[in-house]
Amino acid sequence: MNDFKALVQWLQQAVTDNEQFHLGYAAESSEFVRFNHAKVRQAGHVQQASLNLKLISDGRHADLGITLAGSPALDRQRLADGLQQLRDTLPLLPQDPYLLLNQEPWQSHNEHVRPLPDLARVLEEISQAAADVDLVGFYAAGPISRGFASSNGAFGWHQANSFNFDFSLFHANGEAVKASYAGHTWDSAEFAARLQQARAQWAFLGRPLHPLPPGHYRAYLAPAALEEIISIITWGGFSAQAIASKGSSLQKLYAGEQPLSPLVTVTEQISGSLSQAFSTEGYPRGDVTLIKAGAACDQLVNSRSAAEYGLPANGASSDESPSALQMAAGTLAQADILKQLGTGLYISNLWYLNYSDLPAARLTGMTRFATFWVENGEIKAPVSTMRFDDSVYSLLGSQLEALTAERELLLSPSTYGQRNTASNLLPGALVKRLTLTL
Amino acid sequence: MFDHHATLKQHFNALRTTADFFSLRYVRESGQYLSVRKNVAEPPHLSHDEGAMLTVRLNGVQAYAATNDISLAGLQAALQRAEQQARQIKPHALLDLHQQPVSSDVADYLSPNFEHAFPSLSDCYQLLGDESAAVPRDERLVSWDVSLGLTHVEQIYLNSAGAELRQAQRFVFPGVNVTAFDGHDSQTRTLGGSNFGQQGGFDVISRFGLIGAAPRVADQALQLLLAPNTPQGPRDLLLMPDQMILQIHESIGHPLELDRILGDERNYAGTSFVKAEDFGHLQYGSPLLNVTFDPHIPEQLASYSHDDDGTAASKQFLIREGLLLKPLGGALSQFRSGMDGVANSRASSWNRPPIDRMANLNIEPGDQSLAQMIGAIEHGILMSTNRSWSIDDARNKFQFGCEWGQLIEKGELKGVVKKPNYRAISAQFWRNLSAVGDASTFQVLGTPNCGKGEPNQVIRVGHASPACVFSNVDVFGGDA
Repeated sequence: MNDFKALVQWLQQAVTDNEQFHLGYAAESSEFVRFNHAKVRQAGHVQQASLNLKLISDGRHADLGITLAGSPALDRQRLADGLQQLRDTLPLLPQDPYLLLNQEPWQSHNEHVRPLPDLARVLEEISQAAADVDLVGFYAAGPISRGFASSNGAFGWHQANSFNFDFSLFHANGEAVKASYAGHTWDSAEFAARLQQARAQWAFLGRPLHPLPPGHYRAYLAPAALEEIISIITWGGFSAQAIASKGSSLQKLYAGEQPLSPLVTVTEQISGSLSQAFSTEGYPRGDVTLIKAGAACDQLVNSRSAAEYGLPANGASSDESPSALQMAAGTLAQADILKQLGTGLYISNLWYLNYSDLPAARLTGMTRFATFWVENGEIKAPVSTMRFDDSVYSLLGSQLEALTAERELLLSPSTYGQRNTASNLLPGALVKRLTLTL
Repeated sequence: MFDHHATLKQHFNALRTTADFFSLRYVRESGQYLSVRKNVAEPPHLSHDEGAMLTVRLNGVQAYAATNDISLAGLQAALQRAEQQARQIKPHALLDLHQQPVSSDVADYLSPNFEHAFPSLSDCYQLLGDESAAVPRDERLVSWDVSLGLTHVEQIYLNSAGAELRQAQRFVFPGVNVTAFDGHDSQTRTLGGSNFGQQGGFDVISRFGLIGAAPRVADQALQLLLAPNTPQGPRDLLLMPDQMILQIHESIGHPLELDRILGDERNYAGTSFVKAEDFGHLQYGSPLLNVTFDPHIPEQLASYSHDDDGTAASKQFLIREGLLLKPLGGALSQFRSGMDGVANSRASSWNRPPIDRMANLNIEPGDQSLAQMIGAIEHGILMSTNRSWSIDDARNKFQFGCEWGQLIEKGELKGVVKKPNYRAISAQFWRNLSAVGDASTFQVLGTPNCGKGEPNQVIRVGHASPACVFSNVDVFGGDA
């Protein structure tokens, strides 16, 4: 944090009275280990740090991302060069009618710096636990830091040590079960229990596949499967700009034309989550109710949308997607899932969803990992990969029968560019009808 | 250009290690993304990024360390960290790479027109603003933007066997999209964006046809809004190049990646319906299908002299006359599998290790003009511009949607239809390839957004294709 503070201090004295700045910071030091056939396929370490500098002057603004070198003098020079580049750029731009700055000198500080697991121990435990099974997976661990400062005195800091082991157990027939073990402190017993849970499902995968023709089926979507549906909805679904420009898949919900089931309540719950409590645009982030009892509620509004559409900004990210989404729990007990499903599909994961018809929120996607045929409340056999094509207004609307009482916290294993800190807290969903097409 | 080469080489020569082999891959990237949305210039996003990856091979075990500190001390620390990692994973390592050959090539590669200046930021904004302003006033046109992405990448690869490879590339990504809304339904029409990008300079914008495109794109969005839904049922399917690239990408490119076939991606990107023993035997498509890995089309996104492991790249047929010949596997995958492959070991940047990726993956032109292909279709549909893509983890069962559809009846193009979708199975679909367009229908396209790998990497890939016809495909529309 001190390196970042030193850069902020330098920038404070470097800007003129006519200039304002936002300075974002992101850094990580990550161990990455890939596994194939329960052995290490590829391993390495990545150390990276970067700034995002926004310079504002006379209603004009521009952003510049700068990779830091880790040397105070060189980093200060890069920041100075970046400041000059933006000073040269601003006069070339028109004034921005949608520039809206948060002038509050808010402060936010959040550190979870617990010791990380020793890599040698992790490798040993994974190796032992998976000695007799075809494990494929990815382990990522290390500290992550995010910072924000503005010329108005706002300052935010978020630092956390975390690990995420995302893995699959494959049966010789190609069927697999997926699981993950993630958090701040590696607990050997907890890891063993998680692996054992996956093994219990894996044991069913050796049974002959149950052939399934296209058609309508009752189905239970486990939290990880529901997460795939939620994730594609969040691709602009709650975004104020996407809703206004008709690019949101929930445009009919937000227009009041199509409801979801009264069982569905969705919030962006930043408080208590792993995400930083401030946006990259310099706004503190509060909790936002997005869907309440099946009806549209608030949208995710960043400062640009706030200015353009006259909405109150609520600290949404630049792409107005959630990063700590929660769906309210239902009443279906874990122990009753198979019994209440009766005969149908138990779907652990879905994969590669996209829209068949975006304005109608009609989705298509695949089953993947541990999908089972259930008869009279008992798992009978794994089901081969199937394609579904169905509407959100059906799956989470008219055909939603129940949500589970227990929810699962799913930490993002995404590492595009940098390790992601997003999470979803979701129940499982029992649906009366899922349409399989191929 | 290559300002850091001398210093890096000095640092590289000064590094101390006990490794059997080591390499350094330095990447410096600068970017500029400009957009004008509904006639308002969005603030520019500029970026400067640089760093290096050190890779060591120690007692046959390979490991990497990537660092943002490219001083001698920083590189030495990263090298030691990679060595430490290699020692730590030794008891658990999947691969023994003692015998894997390494490159000692020396070469430079430049994008076409790399040394010609690109128009200034204000000229670019002027161009985007003019195009945005050319969208006609119509209250049904609720959203539009015109954008331009520009990325410069310099890469220097050095290794302890003497390889010295330098690449300087410039990538240009123009795009236009317009959304129309009638109070009930919305339809979006795009040109470029994630469907188009090339290496070069302003020549890319000329080839793309950005200037003057916006009114046509807006008109097509309005046409779609008025169009009926795509009818359901089997039809002959004429795919234009801007949909063919997605079709090639998902149902030829990914299934032929050798690391998927070897199981590396089973936890994330997936596996493949293609097995190692299929190469040389499997009739992947009809005899009209010729697929090449071609790094020599200068403007294509993934043209280069060497991949990121230092292997020299050359044009190779992966599928010839429908017969599957070679996988998309780089030097490491070739060593692991004993199979022949191509130079496609690629990394998204300095902070990610090279893995098997698509690069330029193309379909060779056939002998039919567009008019001939349409004329030969009795009951069909033309589809253009990808809108939606979904395929299973073995890259077999797929469903794709396009923005633009036009029915074809008795050899003639008929009315526009909206929300066209089609679904099929890769293993059968390419065998239904019934006509391949000639060079007049061939387009060099590509996407900046191919995701894969753990840690995740998004990379630029090039696809060039003629228009193609597939017989008897299951076609359907949306919720009308």
